[in-house]
Amino acid sequence: MKKLMIIALLGIFIMTNLFAGGYKPGDKASDFKLKNIDGKLLSLSDHHSAKGFVVVFTCNHCPYAQAYQDRLIALDNQYRSKGIPVIAINPNDPAVSPGDSFEEMQKRAREKQYPFPYLFDETQEVYKMYGAERTPHIFLLKKEGSDLIVKYVGAIDDNYKDPSQVTQKYLENAIEAVLSDKSPEPEFTKAIGCSIKTKQP
Amino acid sequence: MNIIILLSLLGMLETVNDRGIPVVDFDTFEPRLHLVNDTTYVINFWASWCAPCREELPDFEKLHRTYGSEKFNVTLVSLDMPDQMESRLLPFMVKNNITADVVLLDDPDFDSWINKVDSTWGGGIPATLIYNGETRIFLNRKTHYEELENIVKPIMKKP
Repeated sequence: MKKLMIIALLGIFIMTNLFAGGYKPGDKASDFKLKNIDGKLLSLSDHHSAKGFVVVFTCNHCPYAQAYQDRLIALDNQYRSKGIPVIAINPNDPAVSPGDSFEEMQKRAREKQYPFPYLFDETQEVYKMYGAERTPHIFLLKKEGSDLIVKYVGAIDDNYKDPSQVTQKYLENAIEAVLSDKSPEPEFTKAIGCSIKTKQP
Repeated sequence: MNIIILLSLLGMLETVNDRGIPVVDFDTFEPRLHLVNDTTYVINFWASWCAPCREELPDFEKLHRTYGSEKFNVTLVSLDMPDQMESRLLPFMVKNNITADVVLLDDPDFDSWINKVDSTWGGGIPATLIYNGETRIFLNRKTHYEELENIVKPIMKKP
């Protein structure tokens, strides 16, 4: 009995640690159901014909997120028709970050004419499940049978300041790799971003 | 005075504005993370537009004013965009009466250097590295004065 308890506790411990680390390339990602700016609930499974998804945790207020708005629009326009649409998710708590409220999300999407959904992670469960640490933070998923497999995690490219100075288009290269059934290289990068604004206890 | 010491430590600088805030790339800045002496270094990564950074910054300034000496240094590494130096960074420093060392780290190839600060850093700011010789503590989150003091005091007591 004692042994069982220890094994169970160990299991919980390992599980907790796994989730704390978030998704890594090769992991199976979970679907979600979140409210889009049009008020409707949206899941990845609603996109029947998609080959994969660029799930990006982003927001309104963060200068890095702002720097990449136009590049995300361009990527969506380039790859939606090829089966890999952008799905943007705002993980911030508006009580902490007022610029990231649902109304402000709607406003930004209108102003920038986002061609992609912009979802609100109101309970902050989805960003925790994915292990997003900052905005913007990319998780490129590929449909394999009924599974969603994480293929790339990290940055969009290597120069937030100036698109003309980019030397590594990490995300675009990763999407191209996924479309041709290859493994992205690199499959994991880091970037400076805004910490995710969590609910205050 | 601190600025002058910092300038000499950093060696070659890309540019220095009127107020003496050095603008550096990571290669120029990196030696600052590995100084071998008996000084305790508190290195805070922040930006003037980052709300949680702004909230904790007075605590770093207080730490600097309380313990600042030859054996204790607080460096505030701003990740502000260089073109916002005049419009945002400098006014913020004046308003908050910041006297601790400030450098502006301008190096957008983030993936090339984040792990060199600390392998556990996800890249969100604020983040803080505290070190003295071999002892290194990394805070991948916001902190506050009491926590900083609790970390710093025992490290400083080391012979």
